[in-house]
Amino acid sequence: MVNCPECDTEIDLPEDTIQNEILDCPTCGLELEVVSLDPAEVDLAPEEEEDWGE
Amino acid sequence: MKINLGILASRIRLEEKLLIKEARKRSNIDLRVVDPRKITWEESNLQELDVLLDREISQSRAYHVMELMSRTGVKLVNDFETVQLCGDKAFTSVKLKKHEIPTPDFRVAFDSESALKAVEDIGYPAVLKPVDGSWGRMVAKVGNRESAEATIEHKANLDSHYHSIFYVQEFVETGNKDIRAFVLGDEVVGAAYRESDHWITNAARGGESSPYPLTDELRDIVGATSRVFGGGALAVDLLESDRGLLINEINCSMEFKESMKAIDEDIPARLLDYTIGQAEASEEVAHNKCLV
Repeated sequence: MVNCPECDTEIDLPEDTIQNEILDCPTCGLELEVVSLDPAEVDLAPEEEEDWGE
Repeated sequence: MKINLGILASRIRLEEKLLIKEARKRSNIDLRVVDPRKITWEESNLQELDVLLDREISQSRAYHVMELMSRTGVKLVNDFETVQLCGDKAFTSVKLKKHEIPTPDFRVAFDSESALKAVEDIGYPAVLKPVDGSWGRMVAKVGNRESAEATIEHKANLDSHYHSIFYVQEFVETGNKDIRAFVLGDEVVGAAYRESDHWITNAARGGESSPYPLTDELRDIVGATSRVFGGGALAVDLLESDRGLLINEINCSMEFKESMKAIDEDIPARLLDYTIGQAEASEEVAHNKCLV
């Protein structure tokens, strides 16, 4: 269980969550990054940068 | 034999998650997820890998890691030369033209005045793109001289020096859709339309996928493109025109989240098969050299 750093909503991380995975807060919709699995911790995901892409 | 597979990725999106889950299921893979934000060169021991698959979202980070890794002998997917070519639209277009692979007409200019001349040469409407951009970012369709002058002036005043290189492309009317084809080595594994309400059809901008058949024309042009660009794992974007299919752009760190809804192939599993196959082929070559 983690809390959204923006709106404090409690979020259950699925069992197959991966380090650095991106997820959306179900309440405020912000993109979060899983910065740690043990202990579970999320932070605001980095914002899109000009060199992002494929 | 176990393969030491590295996946270079700082941001784990659905594509990377599927690749990582697939790799963890396979007993012949030792997986290391390499977050380029957390490593320093040369203390990261990346040279111990057999193969590194580039899934890094930051093109600058990917470019430099792949360049440094190209000196280590570790097999890369894709090769650094391919990363260089696909990472710059001007290089891509020049390469396509040199090998007579059908592609929209284009010009490259290096200052505002010659950029305007390039647009007038191409004719209206024309498309101005950053040479290194992605996801349709900062792409502009200009319909007349006034909008071309304004767009060029704005670009010339942006901070990034890349915006002072002007890539101008013929606008091809496609009815707001294009085709994304996935090629692994010499095999075209699937293709899908991307369709949008906007002329920019990138999935990152809301383009939606539907099936596209693997026609002979598609296989031929995508296969030829793959050979010219050194093979590898590529997402090739094509436009349908009255001159037949045209290669628009080539992406060497393929995004497939949207397209896989319309393609009857397990793209992450196929990409992993290809990557491991490349590592095994590379090991075999090294082994055979030792025997000589």
